[in-house]
Amino acid sequence: MQKILLVDSEKCTGCRACEMVCSVKHEGVSNPTRSRIHVIKWEAEGFALPMICQQCESPPCMAVCPKDAISRDEELGRVAVDYDLCIGCKMCVAACPFGGMGIDTVARRVVKCDLCDGDPTCVRFCQMEALQYVPASTLNLRKKRDAGRKFAELMSRFA
Amino acid sequence: MALNRKIAYINLSNGEIEIAPIPLEMRKLYLGGRGMDMYLLYNHTKQGIDPLGPDNVLLVSAGVLVGTLASASARTHVAAKSPLTGFVGSTNMGGFFAPELRWAGFDHLVIKGKAKKPVYLWINDGEIEIRDASHIWGQGVFDTQENIRQELGDEEVKVMCCGPAGENLVRFANVMTGLKNAGGRSGLGAVMGSKNLKAIAVRGTMDIAIKHPEQALEYDEQMINKVNRTKFAQIMQKWGTMFIYGVTNSTGLIRCQNFQLNQLVGGDIECEHIEEVSFGTEGCFGCVIHCRHKYIIKEGPYAGVYAQGPEYTSQGAFGMEVGCNNFNTILVGNHLVNTYGLDTLETGSMIAWAMELYEKGILTDEDTDGLKLEWGNDEAVIEMVHRIAERKGLGDILAEGPLRAAEKIGKDSLKYNIQVKGMSNLHSDERPTPALALGIATGSRGSDHLRSRPAIDLYHLPEPVLRKIYSNPTPYDGPLTSNYTDYEGKPRQVQWHEMVYEAVDCLGVCKYHTIFLSPNLLSFEEFCKLLYYNTGIEMSPQEIWEVADRAYTVERLFNIREGLTREHDWLVDRYFDEPTPVGLPVARGKKLDREKFKKMIDEYYGLHGWDENGVPRPETLEKLGLDKEPSHKL
Repeated sequence: MQKILLVDSEKCTGCRACEMVCSVKHEGVSNPTRSRIHVIKWEAEGFALPMICQQCESPPCMAVCPKDAISRDEELGRVAVDYDLCIGCKMCVAACPFGGMGIDTVARRVVKCDLCDGDPTCVRFCQMEALQYVPASTLNLRKKRDAGRKFAELMSRFA
Repeated sequence: MALNRKIAYINLSNGEIEIAPIPLEMRKLYLGGRGMDMYLLYNHTKQGIDPLGPDNVLLVSAGVLVGTLASASARTHVAAKSPLTGFVGSTNMGGFFAPELRWAGFDHLVIKGKAKKPVYLWINDGEIEIRDASHIWGQGVFDTQENIRQELGDEEVKVMCCGPAGENLVRFANVMTGLKNAGGRSGLGAVMGSKNLKAIAVRGTMDIAIKHPEQALEYDEQMINKVNRTKFAQIMQKWGTMFIYGVTNSTGLIRCQNFQLNQLVGGDIECEHIEEVSFGTEGCFGCVIHCRHKYIIKEGPYAGVYAQGPEYTSQGAFGMEVGCNNFNTILVGNHLVNTYGLDTLETGSMIAWAMELYEKGILTDEDTDGLKLEWGNDEAVIEMVHRIAERKGLGDILAEGPLRAAEKIGKDSLKYNIQVKGMSNLHSDERPTPALALGIATGSRGSDHLRSRPAIDLYHLPEPVLRKIYSNPTPYDGPLTSNYTDYEGKPRQVQWHEMVYEAVDCLGVCKYHTIFLSPNLLSFEEFCKLLYYNTGIEMSPQEIWEVADRAYTVERLFNIREGLTREHDWLVDRYFDEPTPVGLPVARGKKLDREKFKKMIDEYYGLHGWDENGVPRPETLEKLGLDKEPSHKL
């Protein structure tokens, strides 16, 4: 069963450890600029949202690539860049509506989340479980359960 | 890599900026952060300078492990000669400023002189610019940061700044970043204000290479799991530091109504109240404890305002110390000090002192412009925060800090103030706890619950556990007791915690991940490994202790140069003359014993290798390589 990287923004405390461990895992350095995941914050409102590549089924990045360097890997359920074919034109960066494709000016290539080949480092380090790596079927059932719990609580007051 | 960060010397008087590498030799002596800042403070200032004058130096730094895989590696250290005490000014804050400073290529900033008009520093990937800040002068702490981000066109810019209190040279104004990360103590915000330096803005995209990435990741995971498994972390994650109130208040270890009571009887300000207003918690960079609540004030004129916290300290400042029993006052007080840029601790303690003076008739309605400074008067407390920040009426006097305010008020006012070296104490009542009392009496920046507080002394740990902790990494075979009302063995505990906190502050890690509040958490052994995996520096626990010892001794040298004597390492008479009136039997009827306290000071000096006046002996200086200070190597 394919697993999905689930983001639960309500649990995120905005610590950005995910950004750091991602860049260390992939590039051996601590540098959020070279991370594949970023926590976007609205400080005045107290809201933090981890943003990553959505591993689309019909990826816009794949559609615009002039060299067919981007493809879907069905085993891991991820969208991957073949750097042997990639020319670094950055059309994929422009096409992605989520900012999922980034530009690494040190490594001089486009970068995106590769789910760490099935063991996402960010998930490993997120103590809050704001990031989870769960089977696709679990994903919305879990959300239904969380929402349902609030509903059940409310109902019990009127029972 | 972590060790190739630069030091920048910035002269605000003439705009000159010099950038230099930090020699490995200096790293091995002081590591970074607070340790290095203390060396810089001693070397870049002369005796007797005015802390609010252009000759004072403002030091800003990121610890040597900031932004690396050292769990909560977020801390900024700021130092200068303190305008409050005239001794070491040193303060530490969390948030996201320090990591950004490192990604921008810098570990240390040495800021001298005074700008002709308000400026802010803009630090971006190795470059530093001095920019006009006239349009943000006068703005509150958070607005300043938002406006700078807008001006620079980058939402990811991090800013540290002083608030209006710092601009008004309130001697306990703080420095801040984010909504509530405060470098609270010793008045560094006033030093910024005195230099016309409103803020430092930073943005960095440069690599910090991790020396052994796989091992660093592995070890970091182990450390954060270790932290997460402790009972302490689980409680802090839920309530923040306010959880401490439950135990300390019911025991009778809290100053209430300045110093008249040691317990808030019938208190209704427990940490559980935060649930009524909170919508989640937030954490600093890399931290798993995320100890601050995000809340919206619900009642009164500040309803609808979003703020973060409050800390245990604010609970005291706007609760017990001033006799207030209203959680909303704490929520509002916290928000105001974080907007004005005031040390919440000093603010609350000064107001509490003023209230006792008012009660005793030393301050009258004429002095307070009709404000009824009576215990529990919530509106008066909030009004005084405004008046202190804006230096209005009595606020202008209180803004001067304990010693100068007492001099202005005259009569017998000073004896009612709870301060050491001119800096107010936390709302903790140390009469029942000699170890904690020794800590605040000897702390290098004044009355200080963070320099050396052996908080775990309160846990009645069994003697074998104490022996294991306090005999490493340097030997000790003197007495140790599990009882926090004893005097025996406490000097060693205080000295040991001085060393471990100094080490933590050199690394830039948050104390809540360390042995500060839980005996099972990070200490010297773990620091070695974190240092090695992330930076490649190989140091044994003893060598890290030596770095801490060296840095702490430099602090002592600075203070002595500024006139510190043995008399300063003492507590006000009330600790020795007034027994605690309430509390559990273990805490009731307690006052400190002068003879025993004197013996503790003697032993404490001995452990440090200082003479009977608290002056480091020549052989101690030689052992630490400090016999030729100031050496001007950096």
